[in-house]
Amino acid sequence: MPPLLEVSELSKAFPLRGATRMLATFRGGPQAVQAVSDVSFNVAAGETLGLIGESGCGKSTVARCITRVIDPTSGTVLLNGQNIAALDKTAMRRARHDVQMVFQDPTAALNPRLTVRRMVEEPLRLEGKLTSTQRRERLFEVMDDVGLGRDLVDRYPHEMSGGQRQRVNIARAIATHPRFVVLDEPTSALDVSLRSRIILLLEHLRKRLGLAYLFISHDIATVKYLAQRIAVMYLGRIVEEAPGAELFARPAHPYTRALLSAVPVPDPDAATERFPLSGEIPSPLAIPTGCALRGRCPLAQPICAEPVPLRDIAPGRKVACHLA
Amino acid sequence: MTALLETEALTVHFATSDGPVEAVDGADLTVRTGEVFGLVGESGSGKSVTAMAIMRLIQPPGRIVKGSIRFAGIDLATLSEKAMRDVRGSRIALVPQSPRTSLNPVMSVGKQISRVISVHGGLGWRASGARAIELLAMVGVPDPAHRAKQYAHQLSGGTCQRVMIAMALATSPQLLIADEPTTGLDVSIASRIIELLRDLGKRTGAAIILITHDLGTVAQSCDRFAVMHAGQIVESGDTRCLFRAPAHPYTHALLRSIPRVDADVVLQPIAGSVPALLHPPAGCRYQRRCELAMPVCCEKPRRTSVSVSHDVACFAAEKKYAAAS
Repeated sequence: MPPLLEVSELSKAFPLRGATRMLATFRGGPQAVQAVSDVSFNVAAGETLGLIGESGCGKSTVARCITRVIDPTSGTVLLNGQNIAALDKTAMRRARHDVQMVFQDPTAALNPRLTVRRMVEEPLRLEGKLTSTQRRERLFEVMDDVGLGRDLVDRYPHEMSGGQRQRVNIARAIATHPRFVVLDEPTSALDVSLRSRIILLLEHLRKRLGLAYLFISHDIATVKYLAQRIAVMYLGRIVEEAPGAELFARPAHPYTRALLSAVPVPDPDAATERFPLSGEIPSPLAIPTGCALRGRCPLAQPICAEPVPLRDIAPGRKVACHLA
Repeated sequence: MTALLETEALTVHFATSDGPVEAVDGADLTVRTGEVFGLVGESGSGKSVTAMAIMRLIQPPGRIVKGSIRFAGIDLATLSEKAMRDVRGSRIALVPQSPRTSLNPVMSVGKQISRVISVHGGLGWRASGARAIELLAMVGVPDPAHRAKQYAHQLSGGTCQRVMIAMALATSPQLLIADEPTTGLDVSIASRIIELLRDLGKRTGAAIILITHDLGTVAQSCDRFAVMHAGQIVESGDTRCLFRAPAHPYTHALLRSIPRVDADVVLQPIAGSVPALLHPPAGCRYQRRCELAMPVCCEKPRRTSVSVSHDVACFAAEKKYAAAS
């Protein structure tokens, strides 16, 4: 069976503008920020793929390219065999009912002047399949799905708590029966007790509705809990991909090792062996050639200056490192 | 080890037209010389207000209603504002939550640090400028002489936080309060900031109060910690003891509600939400979320010792430990 979502060689460059561009021209530097380079991955129906990496590594750009919030520079995004990256505006509007997105800040993502009813019914109205009576039924159905009381439908966002608002965002995303939902840091803005409830809700919905998720987060423990497979990004490229349990047991890429070893473990007796990288993440305007990590990696060798493709090292495991 | 800071029955109210918001309710804390002390809890549990009260930065309509704050032999709660100015910033320093917005955007970071030094240390501008560069080097900022001339917008979030730490250390404080110092930073940067704080605490002998909602950070970096819920300290003590044998139902619930990287767990969210602090329930404020709640929980639980270095304020836990001993 072909995967539900197939992303191949996706790249996105943001051209510099104005004064920054002029400066770059004078200095002979690059004229664009290469936010995502040659990213390829699959997501099967009913599966969660976790995408982790530090701020600025291109996680959210990948998400926005898949949902066509922005247009990728090159590459294909196949959803059910249809290339979303090449659709025109009208065709994309139809395809969008199949790909939905939930954002990080539940408050900013909602229109403060619309009621829950208006916001959740809006995608259904745009889809144009249901009558107004059917839309109301569907509204109540998704409210039940996300655990919101039906009496909340006439509330405005400011009349609800942060957890309820994120539930409204999720309700809106699943209203049109999408097969695939992109979750961009959906739990990061929430407090501990709300976070665990949203995590459980997302897991419950995936199982019950057969949804597939691309779960983007820098909260590595949450990704571990929700994702079956995890891809690690560094400076616009995927450096490692593995089944969740294996990634944690045997990280192959030095960057993955560094990232995982930095997560504080809630156990004072845990033996923590830090794998330190030197310096800070370089600017995406000056990505090193070859392996992008080589300037910071304690294991770097001369060979690391050569280009390093993502290659298979075991079934289901890929890594982009000369030394792994 | 001796106690550097001891708060007793610290109570902070914010007056509103509907009555007082009881943000901190009788907090007893002891911070010892040279240790890293964690303060954990959900948003709105009163962690930051407690820290602000210790620094006497509670602004009206807020007020310290009751309680004492003994710091190195003086009671800060009753100190005059004039005398407090000699303590605040020099003997107790604060590392705030959002470093970028706490820095002055139109003054170079080196100058901001040297100002603190000249105000509190009485050094001339040349000497304080040199000291600022020394401090930046100490907190691990590469090329400090160059960085000192830069402005906040030219620095990364991690470096901004290092600048804030340098500024806090400028006066060699005895107590450093770090209010969620790693919020908004990536894990790898966050772990380095926490390591830096710990290391600097050891080197300078300063005690650190680390406010956080992340139990992982507490486990990895605090010697002792306290758990706050709705303005009340529910449990406090040695980090190892608390993680091995949490006594308060809230601490239990917190530990069960977080996903972990080191183990496969079944998540169990905490029931209910933090109660409103305007007319909060009498007695233990966790009673409406607690599975062990009893009629007696409407009274305020006493602080009882579970072991030598472990206290809890809970009737159910008290009963359990009384039966066991």
